[in-house]
Amino acid sequence: MSPLRHSLRTFGREWRSGELAMLLAAVALSVGAMSAVALFTDRVRTAMAQQAGEALAADLVVESRDPLPERFVTEARAAGLGTARVTFFPSVATTEGASQLVEVRAVSAGYPLRGQLRVADEPYARGAATTALPARGELWAEPRLFIALGLEPGDKVRLGASEFTLSRVLDYLPDQGWNFIDVAPTALINDADLAATGLLGPASRVNHRVLIAGDEVATYKSSIEKGLVRGQRLLDVRDGRPELRNAIDRAGRFLGLAALVAVLLSSVAVAMAARRWSRREADAAAILKCLGARQSAVLIAYALIVLWIALAAGLAGAVLGWGAQAGLVALLGDLLPGQLPAPSLMALPGTLGLGAVVLAGFALPPVYALGRTPPLRVLRRDLTPQLGATLATVAALGAIVALLWWQARDPRIASFVLGGLGAVVGAFALIAWLALRALAKVRGRVGVAWRYGVANVVRRGRESVAQLTAFGIGIAVLLLLGAVRTNLLEEWKATLPADAPNRFLVNIQPAEVAPLRDFLVAQGVVAPRLEPMVRARLVEIDGVPVEKVTLADGRARNFVEREANLSWRAEPQDGNKVVEGKWWAGTPAEAEVSFEVEIAQALGLKLGQRVTYEMAGERVTATVTSFREVDWDSFKPNFFIVFSPGALEQAPATWLTSIHLPHERSRALLDLTRRFPSVTVIDTDVILQQVRDVIGRASLTVEFVFLFTLGAGVLVLLAAVQASRDERRFESAVLRTLGARQRTVLIGVASEFVTLGLLAGVLAVLAAGTAEYLLATYAFEMKWNPDPSVAAIGALAGVLLVGATGVFATRKVVTSPPVETLRRG
Amino acid sequence: MTMHEGSAGGPTDGSADDGALLRAVVLSKQVSSPEGTLTILDAVSLAVQRGETLAITGPSGSGKSTLLALLAGLDAPSSGQVFLDGVELSALDEDGRAEARARGVGFVFQSFHLLPALTALENVMLPLELADHGAPRPAAAAVLAEVGLGERLGHYPNQLSGGEQQRVAIARAFAAGPKLLFADEPTGNLDAATGARVADLLFGLNAKLGTTLVIVTHDAGLAARCAREVKLGGGRVVG
Repeated sequence: MSPLRHSLRTFGREWRSGELAMLLAAVALSVGAMSAVALFTDRVRTAMAQQAGEALAADLVVESRDPLPERFVTEARAAGLGTARVTFFPSVATTEGASQLVEVRAVSAGYPLRGQLRVADEPYARGAATTALPARGELWAEPRLFIALGLEPGDKVRLGASEFTLSRVLDYLPDQGWNFIDVAPTALINDADLAATGLLGPASRVNHRVLIAGDEVATYKSSIEKGLVRGQRLLDVRDGRPELRNAIDRAGRFLGLAALVAVLLSSVAVAMAARRWSRREADAAAILKCLGARQSAVLIAYALIVLWIALAAGLAGAVLGWGAQAGLVALLGDLLPGQLPAPSLMALPGTLGLGAVVLAGFALPPVYALGRTPPLRVLRRDLTPQLGATLATVAALGAIVALLWWQARDPRIASFVLGGLGAVVGAFALIAWLALRALAKVRGRVGVAWRYGVANVVRRGRESVAQLTAFGIGIAVLLLLGAVRTNLLEEWKATLPADAPNRFLVNIQPAEVAPLRDFLVAQGVVAPRLEPMVRARLVEIDGVPVEKVTLADGRARNFVEREANLSWRAEPQDGNKVVEGKWWAGTPAEAEVSFEVEIAQALGLKLGQRVTYEMAGERVTATVTSFREVDWDSFKPNFFIVFSPGALEQAPATWLTSIHLPHERSRALLDLTRRFPSVTVIDTDVILQQVRDVIGRASLTVEFVFLFTLGAGVLVLLAAVQASRDERRFESAVLRTLGARQRTVLIGVASEFVTLGLLAGVLAVLAAGTAEYLLATYAFEMKWNPDPSVAAIGALAGVLLVGATGVFATRKVVTSPPVETLRRG
Repeated sequence: MTMHEGSAGGPTDGSADDGALLRAVVLSKQVSSPEGTLTILDAVSLAVQRGETLAITGPSGSGKSTLLALLAGLDAPSSGQVFLDGVELSALDEDGRAEARARGVGFVFQSFHLLPALTALENVMLPLELADHGAPRPAAAAVLAEVGLGERLGHYPNQLSGGEQQRVAIARAFAAGPKLLFADEPTGNLDAATGARVADLLFGLNAKLGTTLVIVTHDAGLAARCAREVKLGGGRVVG
């Protein structure tokens, strides 16, 4: 026998007869679900990253103190990416008799590549988005420049050797920056006017940037990364604001988890369909062997059939996934973040491979058992192919690990999920088994239909445990995602109340602290709290110069190389939590310092070590006495490094604060800048809105993936019903023969699925509660606030979902005519 | 007599005024096949009296099982009528026929057809519950005791031997006290000794309870224990 010819012939015959339809559909649907999730989430992720790219006004920035070679622009354009140049440096804007420090920002056409400028016609008025840029000879400036120089739009102002018309008021720049240091009002000019100003002298403190954005930015990034010379560095979205980075990281974790569950649930469906097919095919395998085919030939033939299935179903699944993601994009319409990038063709080969992995892990073991069907089966039909438990487990685990890797691409998350999943599957199976045992005892107390349904759940013990585990985990993860997502938004609602700070006032001079506080109180701000800030550089740790200290990563190196912002405080700021060590009491005799825990870890700091900072030629040494977790989402001034009172008072300091000022009272800011000209006011409303948008979109994306996980769960149920189809058809016929009405049989079936759904729902609620607590506490670093209504909704949804799907899927099977009892002998 | 009698006309149309419990009138069954319409049963008429034991015999493909299916209302004829206790089964819908079976018909199959999810006791309780019996559990236990399985009530079908499974099936068939019992090759899946014991049980209970018995069988010995034998050949009654 030629295995190849036999496999093709069998595959063709089975294809035509529809015998393989269920397996093909299961693989195709699972691959479809997987690729739809992968393609869609990839698109949303990219879109989200691009939105988050607003913080940079690009997806990627090349930055240097020296002019950047033209090749960064030409290579990016050659790769189909958008580019723009930005040059910024401090300078002084002058009029007749007045001057003001400004940050000149010269931009080329295309800026900003991400986000939009907002401009207004008068200072502190609400701006409108624009795609225009200053024309040659025009200068757009932040309100403070107008106030400081007493100018109106249309007035003239000088920058170096050039004169500009002050034409518009800048309300918002996407890459405005979030660093409160030396914030001078931005003066935006056209790149073409830059040279004529004569301001770019050799010693100027200039920051040159090439902004890059587009779909292939990751490829471009890796292509230029190695060729960077000293002084050139790359900034991408992750280097942007920490609160945005947190949001994206959290969203990424949700999506990864949701997609993983969809993948694994689909695999269960594949395993069930494969098992059914191998049982149906057992006679053919036995006859082949009976007629003299060697076991190896039979095995190869069936393995080849699996390969044909992988190809056919993989292709069908890829098309399905492609369509499904497009359909979903259409369905969600303008709820989606802006214009989504096109789905990546690169996902397709991966998807086909994924189908093969799923089949290898979940379909090959039963097919292998099929190949080993004893020829004696031709005489003894009870000799069914025996699926080796070890083989099945090893293959499934191997596939799961591969799938986890493919989906998560992060060993930490993959191992976390695998470990968790293993424990959860074990716990679920055990609890499900115990629940079934309990169920067997109570079924005598219910009527005939319910007894039949409940008895079926108990009798199909292994299948029931498998389904309970699959559904339980599916529902649990959906509950988990739902609850964590709700908690996430709740947390955001809690941290961003209606009166959340919407202005930062920075660069407050020591002499202005008291009068400014009085001014704010007069404006209705309750007990404004001004925080001191001292710029300093870390020079020694335990007497060892930092240049000689081995640092954990680039982040620590950056931190050491730059000047840090220090503060001092008697009590920790709200939202700060001392996680190690002890906060000082009063004013300690010896200087003490508290570090933010992540930066302390990056620097490798231990409690009790002594750190030395240098500021304006003075050195201050303090003992590290505590590490803090900092809530960066609070929009209150926060510092990585806080000293005990008394340590820094002699150093040159400025103060800052954040206040809530309703927009209708923003004219008060005019008074403020007139009375305190050096104080810089930063409007955080726009930035807050941006953060809210990203969080909202992250939730929507999770919502979407949630639907897919739900779909995968339904697939498992359909596959399970399909696998028990023959049994169900026959049993219904027996019941009908014995005189049961169709309604009685249907109630029996419904009770079976309602029982399954209820059990799965209850297990899921228990598991989700546990996992929620663990995830919230350790992975997402949030406080866990259990919501009983989520649990109730989850359990009810489980019952309705499993019940309705089960009845729908079996309704034809259970109406089979009683004459089938005779046909089966 | 049933309500049906008045509207069914004279004896020739098959009404049960001749005392017959079961009557088939010119029953035919055709199915379509790739070679055209195939006649499985061709104008078969017969009557079974109350308490009678009847064997339907014939070679494979003679239409025995089809006739049984039609007589029991498991399938609908292409033409002709079936009357069970005066009620025209062939005029009822699927649920109506199910109800008629629940009220007065029992079954024993060659492959036993016990529901694997249910215990022996629960299998026997099924027809009692479907017929709204007031106390199905003790009644079912009593019948199982009668067939010698009083100690195996909680066993599942796969924990019982073939002979035991068939005894459970017989208990299930007699449990609701049917007027009419159909048996389709009841000993076909059993060895000779077990088959003989099962046949003894079947006929013993039948005699004791006065049930009407219709057996489809190949087994000449079993057929000979019936009061009457109807032989089928090519879909027709040949003897």
